Amino acid sequence: MEHTTLISTESAILFLIPAFPLLGMLLNGLLGKRQKEATAGILASGMMFLSFLVSVTVFFQLLGMPAGNRSLTQTLYTWMAVGDFSINVSFLIDPLSAVMILVVTGVGFLIHVYSIGYMKGDRDVVRYFTYLNLFAFFMLILVMADNYLLSFVGWEGVGLCSYLLIGFWYEDMEKAIAGKKAFVVNRIGDFGFMLAMFLMFATFGSLDFKTVFAQAAGSPVGTTAITAITLLLFLGATGKSAQLPLYVWLPDAMAGPTPVSALIHAATMVTAGVYMVARSNILYSLAPVSLGVVAGIGAATALFAATIGLAQYDIKKVLAYSTVSQLGYMFLACGVGAFGAGIFHLMTHAFFKALLFLGSGSVIHAMHHYYHQTGSHQDPQDMRNMGGLKKYLPTTYWTFAIATLAIAGIPGFSGFFSKDEILWKSFESGKLIIWAIGALAAGLTAFYMFRAVYLTFHGEFRSGNGHDHPHESPKVMTVPLIILAVLSVIGGWVGIPHVLGGGNQIEAWFEPVFAPARQLAAAAELGGEPGSGVELSVMLISIVVALTGIGIAYLFYRSKPEIPARVVAKAGALHTLVYNKYYVDEIYEAGVVSPIQKTSDFFLWRFFDVKIVDGLVNGVANWTAAIATKVRKVQTGYVSNYALIMAAGVVIIVAWLVW
Amino acid sequence: MNLTPILTPLILGAGAIVVLLADLLAGKGNKTVAQVVALAVIVFAGIATVAVWGRGGPAFYGQVSGDGFASFFNLIFLLVAFLVVLTSPSYLKRSGSNYGEYYVLLLLAVLGMTFMASGTDLLIIFLGLETMSISLYVLVGFHKQRPRSNEAALKYLLLGAFFTGFLLYGIALVYGSTGSTNLEAIADYVKAASTPLGGYMGIGLALLLIGLIFKIAIVPFHFWSPDVYDGAPTPVTAFMSTAVKAAAFAAAMRIFYHPAMTLGIPWDKALWVLAVLTITVGNLAALSQSSIKRMLAYSSITHAGYLLVGFIARNELGASGMLYYLFSYGFMNVGAFTIAYLVNRRGDGSYSLSDYAQLGARNPVLALLMSIFMLSLTGIPPLAGFFGKFYVFSAAVQAGYVWLVIIGVLNSVISVFYYLRVMVIMYMREAEDLKDLERVPSVGFAALVCGLAIVLLGLFSGSLLEVARNSILTIL
Repeated sequence: MEHTTLISTESAILFLIPAFPLLGMLLNGLLGKRQKEATAGILASGMMFLSFLVSVTVFFQLLGMPAGNRSLTQTLYTWMAVGDFSINVSFLIDPLSAVMILVVTGVGFLIHVYSIGYMKGDRDVVRYFTYLNLFAFFMLILVMADNYLLSFVGWEGVGLCSYLLIGFWYEDMEKAIAGKKAFVVNRIGDFGFMLAMFLMFATFGSLDFKTVFAQAAGSPVGTTAITAITLLLFLGATGKSAQLPLYVWLPDAMAGPTPVSALIHAATMVTAGVYMVARSNILYSLAPVSLGVVAGIGAATALFAATIGLAQYDIKKVLAYSTVSQLGYMFLACGVGAFGAGIFHLMTHAFFKALLFLGSGSVIHAMHHYYHQTGSHQDPQDMRNMGGLKKYLPTTYWTFAIATLAIAGIPGFSGFFSKDEILWKSFESGKLIIWAIGALAAGLTAFYMFRAVYLTFHGEFRSGNGHDHPHESPKVMTVPLIILAVLSVIGGWVGIPHVLGGGNQIEAWFEPVFAPARQLAAAAELGGEPGSGVELSVMLISIVVALTGIGIAYLFYRSKPEIPARVVAKAGALHTLVYNKYYVDEIYEAGVVSPIQKTSDFFLWRFFDVKIVDGLVNGVANWTAAIATKVRKVQTGYVSNYALIMAAGVVIIVAWLVW
Repeated sequence: MNLTPILTPLILGAGAIVVLLADLLAGKGNKTVAQVVALAVIVFAGIATVAVWGRGGPAFYGQVSGDGFASFFNLIFLLVAFLVVLTSPSYLKRSGSNYGEYYVLLLLAVLGMTFMASGTDLLIIFLGLETMSISLYVLVGFHKQRPRSNEAALKYLLLGAFFTGFLLYGIALVYGSTGSTNLEAIADYVKAASTPLGGYMGIGLALLLIGLIFKIAIVPFHFWSPDVYDGAPTPVTAFMSTAVKAAAFAAAMRIFYHPAMTLGIPWDKALWVLAVLTITVGNLAALSQSSIKRMLAYSSITHAGYLLVGFIARNELGASGMLYYLFSYGFMNVGAFTIAYLVNRRGDGSYSLSDYAQLGARNPVLALLMSIFMLSLTGIPPLAGFFGKFYVFSAAVQAGYVWLVIIGVLNSVISVFYYLRVMVIMYMREAEDLKDLERVPSVGFAALVCGLAIVLLGLFSGSLLEVARNSILTIL
């Protein structure tokens, strides 16, 4: 295997990228409510814009360098050094992290701006923007770190911010619980990440990307250590990126403000797992078993979540399951070794899914104000209450429609190129089942997205009272929609495949990052290259599947609206199962949460706490009596009980140690 | 005569007498003098500790050693004591037990601890432990009007005496087997002996270990700790859960890290089981607590279990990681207990979690600090609590104890539930009545110092670890 030594260039401005959001967070946090609501949003957005400008500068600097040496680093200081183990607080920008920072700061900036309009009038706007900036800071740390440990700081930080923002409207206990669920499920994933780091440290003696990858590249394929590390890392990724079986928190996370769903739960944070797998591509290429697991879980999630999306009525829930499903695609891509395609889809998905969420936010905003105005108490997120919004919210409609075409995979739109790249790579890798599942899920995606468009924007307005109607959102919200709509169309043009006469620049851009993995994979198998005719046929199949999905949606919700009811009646049990999301939440509650709770209670009641808790529960009235009982027990009961148990412990331990 | 190795305890001992006299001269009712003099003594002792850092060497016929290891621990004890003295007066006033003797006893307890860390003779370590314990028995019961405080003192005294018996018996057996109580002499005997350790010597060492881990509250020798921690005055609880555990770990490391002490005894297997039990039991019990003081009491059991993981690893990173952990844990726990009694508005009763409702709106700074303490105890990077765990777990993986680490990390996932609950309540629950908190500048200052220390020790984690690493070289 050939090894080219990568020459990194020092850059003194990298730290500015995370520093601006951090500054915004500190200013907003310190000023608090002493400043005006409007300035908080402008300050936060301005900081994101500055961060975006630096990112663009860095990107062009990278572009001007020879392809093999596109790597900028900046070391701030040595974090720790024990013997030969040392870790720096330092940043790395290469083609992979460059795309990530552009997405985070660019899409992040648009969503910050949109939030100014969306959150107007909320009593805690300053707190909102403080958290949002803090989130951006941690997300940038996550993708810019040049070692696993610093990346983990960002990884935990974004989880924390996500939790704070989901529970932002804490008046509602349900939302606070949703936030907590997100945090706890994420911690299960973090358990994997942490163990992976410990193992990595024990195996390679380092947590530095460069050192770990260089050492790993020399080891044989399929060692237990690397397989364990990659599987544990993937467990972390399933938590953060909402894959089976840890996806349960993401749909609940929709309780947060909609721009938060767009930024954190669609465009950036949830893709962190994909980023981490792609970043560790060398390790994964050395662990075929792990790659198989990644591909399998990715494909299964893509299909599973898509089926749930078919039967939801809450517009944000549809988008949430759609996100889970699309993240599945990205993992599927990584699993078949197409890391570049996975990140490409991550990028286009950030555009169109952020747009879909912001569009749904615009709809909810309009419905909310409409209900407020008419004094109705209906659910502003239920699509059954909508319909016909096309004529009231034209900008929202057109941008939403463009995003829908993109996610459905209609040729020319961004999603087509990235999704097709994934499907083609999975077909090319010979994993036909994976490919077939992916193609099927693509059809379902086209169906449920068009279902959402038809239910929301077409037909008659179902909450109308004859004279009032919802109004389009203000410019501060619609302009970001338009920009994202443009990106949702052209964002994919950097990846037009050669077979269609394009340059597929993005593949070449990622080449230096993923080349070692590709070489490893190429060395492992000696398959012949399928011809361009096959590639075109595969592409044609996915187009036909997408159009079929759209056609059925049109049939069900436009031309013959009575069909869905009949389908539901026919497949009653199945529909109930899907509508209730396969009862996964209930299963977790009964199987995991409640046993832990019960064990804890059992422990306390049996062994520890009976008297103290009793004393507290009985309250001040019984206080004196309780104390009297206790003091008596001190002399006759408990202390000697304690002593007895502990003496038994002494005997057992001494016996064990000596004999 | 070389007094450098015992400079810190000398200052503390003399200082305790000065505090006593100053309190007498200041007259009834004025306890600020005692507090200020105690603070001055601690600061002075701290400066002395740093000034002679690691330069003590063995002295008094090999009975004490003022090496870097001792200096590091002395600094932990003094820092904790400083914070505790700073926060105590408001508690003492509120509980009607504002006496100058409190500070004297605290200084004497620290004096005992310094001998536990610097003693290289079993008898010196024992004397240090007893000096510490006897001061604590009184301190635990210092809130005289409160029956729970008296009950706690009595329990601690009875069980403590019980385990002192084991400890002393262990020392006697070791002495009987080797003819000496000096660590070096014992090691020489063990090296020279042809047969592996066993019989009386083994029993002796086992009892010695048990006597020490009783003070750390390792399961199953923890039964006293929730009751005692709950009943003791809160500043004393903060002191006990941090400094006392550190002192007992110091003695255990000093004795059992000696290369001669491993021969033929399966320490690691037995401690493995105890560590798993300690972490799990503490965690599960903490889950269902409605009183923050009891929650922190159980959580301190769990943290002792994590520290035990580092102890078992028995390598350089493990030992330096433990020192780092104990140092930063002092700030975390003292900080958390400090806020716990600032917020506890119903006097000394319940420490109910519901008192924290809307703290985020009522007092954002306090809520932010509490969040830092909770997140650090959970182990969220880049706070110091994360690195403590990170170092001891890494060390254990390095030493091959992979399953122990898996269980440890799994438990730290469970611990999110109860630490996070405090944050949920602070930021996301409506309060019934918004009552202003009592503002005590010195207490607020202590909490602020703790919060800053946790952030800085995390961001510049390497610096402290480097100091810790240099400090353990003399004992490994």
